[in-house]
Amino acid sequence: MDLKSLTQTSGEWLRGTGPESDIVVSSRIRLARNLAQFPFLSRADDRVRTETEELLQGPISSLPIKGKVTYFDVNALEALDRQFLVERQLISRELAESHGSRGVGVGPEENISLMINEEDHLRLQVLRSGLALDDCWEEINRIDDALEEQVAFAFSEQLGYLTACPTNVGTGIRVSAMLHLPALALTKEIQKVFQAMQKMRLAVRGLYGEGSQAMGDFYQFSNQVTLGPSEQQLIDKLKEVIDGIIKYERRVRDELVVKNRQRLHDQVARAHGILSSAQTITSEETMHLLSSVRMGINLGLVDGLEIPTVNELFIQTQPAHLQKLRNEKLESSERNVARAAYIRKRLGDSSHEHN
Amino acid sequence: MDQAAIVVWDPCKLQRFAACRLTWLDFQSPAVQYHRHPVSSMRKCSRCSKPATLHITELKDGDVHALHLCEACAQDYLSNVEAGQASDDPEELFKEHIENSIEDLHDVDQSSCPNCGITFKEFRSQGRLGCPQCYLAFENELLPLLENIHGETQHTGKLPQRAPEASRRQFELIKLRNRLRSAVDAESYEEAAKLRDEIQTLESALGEEGED
Repeated sequence: MDLKSLTQTSGEWLRGTGPESDIVVSSRIRLARNLAQFPFLSRADDRVRTETEELLQGPISSLPIKGKVTYFDVNALEALDRQFLVERQLISRELAESHGSRGVGVGPEENISLMINEEDHLRLQVLRSGLALDDCWEEINRIDDALEEQVAFAFSEQLGYLTACPTNVGTGIRVSAMLHLPALALTKEIQKVFQAMQKMRLAVRGLYGEGSQAMGDFYQFSNQVTLGPSEQQLIDKLKEVIDGIIKYERRVRDELVVKNRQRLHDQVARAHGILSSAQTITSEETMHLLSSVRMGINLGLVDGLEIPTVNELFIQTQPAHLQKLRNEKLESSERNVARAAYIRKRLGDSSHEHN
Repeated sequence: MDQAAIVVWDPCKLQRFAACRLTWLDFQSPAVQYHRHPVSSMRKCSRCSKPATLHITELKDGDVHALHLCEACAQDYLSNVEAGQASDDPEELFKEHIENSIEDLHDVDQSSCPNCGITFKEFRSQGRLGCPQCYLAFENELLPLLENIHGETQHTGKLPQRAPEASRRQFELIKLRNRLRSAVDAESYEEAAKLRDEIQTLESALGEEGED
């Protein structure tokens, strides 16, 4: 696997399968770990950073998983390539934008990402398509066990796994699910969801995590508490909440279809029409329209287009992806033209397949 | 009457701390509510360019006015508050409270971790600790913070594979007690009775080991 070959594919987690995949795009669990014998990264000089990277690289390349882990030396990558990995959700913005020795091990099909020298020495992440948090936990726990046979992580019997930020201490776990909630967003019911989440100490974020906007009606739900409850308790709680939100979204979708089928169909068809014929289009408008089309497919209002194609388009139409696909640097206005052309081609191709 | 209530602030990351309130520096006077968090936000002081560490929201005749000040400017601001009022005046009390709090904070700020050398003030400004030992060095300050963030201060999740057998059992005990508490809260008395038996068995096993 190299960066070039990645441009031709998409993450397995985008394939649009798995339980509840019409609403739950992907499930993700991450664990924060630090090597016991080193300072955290805020107090780590270049020598320590290099040492932690070297020390962790070995263990992460010999994990008990199917397939091989590919390591990317993020420090040696150009800005465009780093952005590309961020868009694919393989690294965080923080890892892309920081300095010094750092990198990421990526598992086969992009289901596993192991970031070295991010906020903590090691950030493990496992992704799945659809609602599959138990699978994520089963795999990440196994990887964590295997790593612990080779390195000692900072741990205290009272406070659990010790992390650079006190907000992650304990389990070091973040359990999250990315949901596509166009009907709740359209009817503004999503505000009620936000309020409920706040009360339950759960976080809601946009597509690209902290600080990002909820583009394309995608919302990431995750735990904030990491100390006290066990991993399983945190997973179960999020699952329960997600189940409720899924039901809520479905109910509102059904109501929209019953009350406003024609208007909804019109909105979806127009979105599809613009995407299929626009000559220049911004990333923001693309996300907005793709969101309508995605909901339309799930409600049976769009023919000849599949969810995985739409899921991929959300990622492939982002700035770094477009530039990698075209293999050249593009200004914002050039990207808008390239984006429109790419979407026309993909939507054209997929309707031919079905004709 | 003027009222100041708290506030806002963005420690490591805003959302994570959204519900976080620190008790160790909190205080109240009749007219005033003021909270202070141990890690500074990235916000700058409204009067100079230093990082703001005090965030005051004044409610004046129904208007909300937010002030973000560094310590020096906060002291200056408070000493300029109308003088000459009775000493039991809430505003005076408020001023005194803040001054005391700044003093306390100053002492805490200077303390440092013997292992990595980070000061508490540095932790407050960047929101990141320096090394695993910082959790011990700043235990008194961190425990209330953790309580506020997480609502708990005892880990009950995963234990490293390489943990010694003895601490593994101790940990099992902690977990069982935790589950017992939840069971009692949920009024699942049958389960609670079962858990209590398990705890007793484990406790006596650990006790016998201790006698050897």
